[in-house]
Amino acid sequence: MAKTVLPFGPQHPVLPEPLHLTLTIEDEIVKEAIPKLGYVHRGLEKLAEIRDHNQMIYIVERVCGICSCMHALCYCQGIESLMGLEVPSRANYLRTIWAEMHRIHSHLLWLGLFADAFGFESLFMQFWRIRERVMDLQEETAGNRVILSVNQVGGVRRDISAESAQWILDTLKKVEKETLQLKSTILDDYTVKLRTVGKGVLTKEKAYELGAAGPTLRASGIAQDMRQTGYAAYSELDFAPVVETDGDCYARTVVRFNEVFQAIDLVRQAFSKLPEGELAVKPKGLPTGEVISRVEQPRGECLYYIRGAGKKFLERVRIRTPTFANIPPLLDMLPGCDLADVPVLILTIDPCISCTER
Amino acid sequence: MFMTKTILKNLLTKYATRLYPFHKRETFKHSKGELKIEMDKCILCGVCQMRCPSQCIKVDKQAKTWEVDPFACVYCGVCVDVCPVKCLYQESLYRTPLAEKDMVVHVQQPKESAEPAAT
Amino acid sequence: MIDSVVVITEENTAEVRPDEVITLSRELKDEGFRFVTMSSAELEDSVCVLYHFDKDLELRNLRVDVPKGSKIGSIASVYSCAFLVENEIKEHFGVEFDGIPLDFQGMLYSDEEVQKTPFCNIGLKRV
Repeated sequence: MAKTVLPFGPQHPVLPEPLHLTLTIEDEIVKEAIPKLGYVHRGLEKLAEIRDHNQMIYIVERVCGICSCMHALCYCQGIESLMGLEVPSRANYLRTIWAEMHRIHSHLLWLGLFADAFGFESLFMQFWRIRERVMDLQEETAGNRVILSVNQVGGVRRDISAESAQWILDTLKKVEKETLQLKSTILDDYTVKLRTVGKGVLTKEKAYELGAAGPTLRASGIAQDMRQTGYAAYSELDFAPVVETDGDCYARTVVRFNEVFQAIDLVRQAFSKLPEGELAVKPKGLPTGEVISRVEQPRGECLYYIRGAGKKFLERVRIRTPTFANIPPLLDMLPGCDLADVPVLILTIDPCISCTER
Repeated sequence: MFMTKTILKNLLTKYATRLYPFHKRETFKHSKGELKIEMDKCILCGVCQMRCPSQCIKVDKQAKTWEVDPFACVYCGVCVDVCPVKCLYQESLYRTPLAEKDMVVHVQQPKESAEPAAT
Repeated sequence: MIDSVVVITEENTAEVRPDEVITLSRELKDEGFRFVTMSSAELEDSVCVLYHFDKDLELRNLRVDVPKGSKIGSIASVYSCAFLVENEIKEHFGVEFDGIPLDFQGMLYSDEEVQKTPFCNIGLKRV
């Protein structure tokens, strides 16, 4: 049969955000995929020229709604190291707690969207109902549901009181229980397995070579997690990266599903070790020098390159988000798969397009 | 099959959603909502204007006005944190939607004219 | 312990000439390094391009100063995933990369009517 060129996106039921793929198909088998970005390019990096380094925190938070807290954390870490600030240890723990709550809600969101992608709508509702509990935790502790605005250069802006902490732990217990009830539905279901097992296999070598990040990389059997570097309070917490070896859609689902529990466990550990003390130190001077700051976001490793020249405005802020790194692996996965699997495959890298284009 | 237990439980428990206009959710105490000002406390220093990341606040010392563009406000609460006299505060609810854009302008009354001007 | 925040120093960053990039990145690949990304910043009359590589979370960088309007070889022949970020830098800074397999002609994000490179203060007209 002759080749057919099929436009996929930017408007597609499975995509929450606009991404365009030009698919060349032959007998419903994808032969080639060419991406087209730029539907949500906002040029946020350029704003560094007209906003000072404190205002930039709130701008980088808006790069991505779902991992906003981690963006600000990554940026603040970089600025702090340029200014030579030592963050108080309570602030480090609180940052970790908020970051992990973000990971829980991001993964629950993804699990819901993924269920929706293969047409399991009631499962989608179940996951999002659980997620709502975590959103409440964030609203109570940080003031906002999604874009927390808790980080500042030198520490955090808000504290979590002892009663809030107890409430968070109680709620997380419920979240854990309810998520566990859905485990068999998403991981053992016959139809779900038919749609995911063996689809879109990314081998270990390919994943490493193509620079995959986060759960996409870990599902291919590489135990690389930026949290191992021990930024914020992770060096004092006990955890091991969640790794799967198959590298298919199912393995990526398992990794994300298990990371929900890992994150809940990390929040618990962080609360049990939460030290008393200052929330923030006062920053002095202006950032001078070049720094690369990396953190692990729900979608993978995020990299900030910050260049300051001792002026009020930074010279350059460059943001490499995880989805940007996961697009080449996606383009490698697509050729050879069925057209009907394309939506599921795209969703398994957890695409965040507004992140990618900034 | 795996969902049976969950489905039965859902049938026997109350709704997860609310009938919104009739039943509103209780707000959290520290939610960051609409930005308000106690104008008579304000010293018109302009720190909030300087620190606002979305540059939605305008302070005019001469005209003694404090202006906010609520549609540009991103509810980060930096102005509240940095205000030296703590005259800014955030309600726990967002502003309700409006059909047209508007600016919120507060004018500070001169201290003496708090009482009606002499006739 | 490897640090997640790395201040760029001479130890982790090698200054290289534009024509050495491909050979050096091949050497790094043979050592088992993974391509992370590239960054760029505008200098006086050149664009500084940084290549970031990582192995077991340890970061290694190459720094190249590309004079404005000149060309540099694409490392997509070594690391095929580099094409996306090279397209981005080409669009934002006007650095020409020789031999990108999938060249968006400076239109990865923006449309045809955008004639200047948005991240360079001295905007270069697109060829």
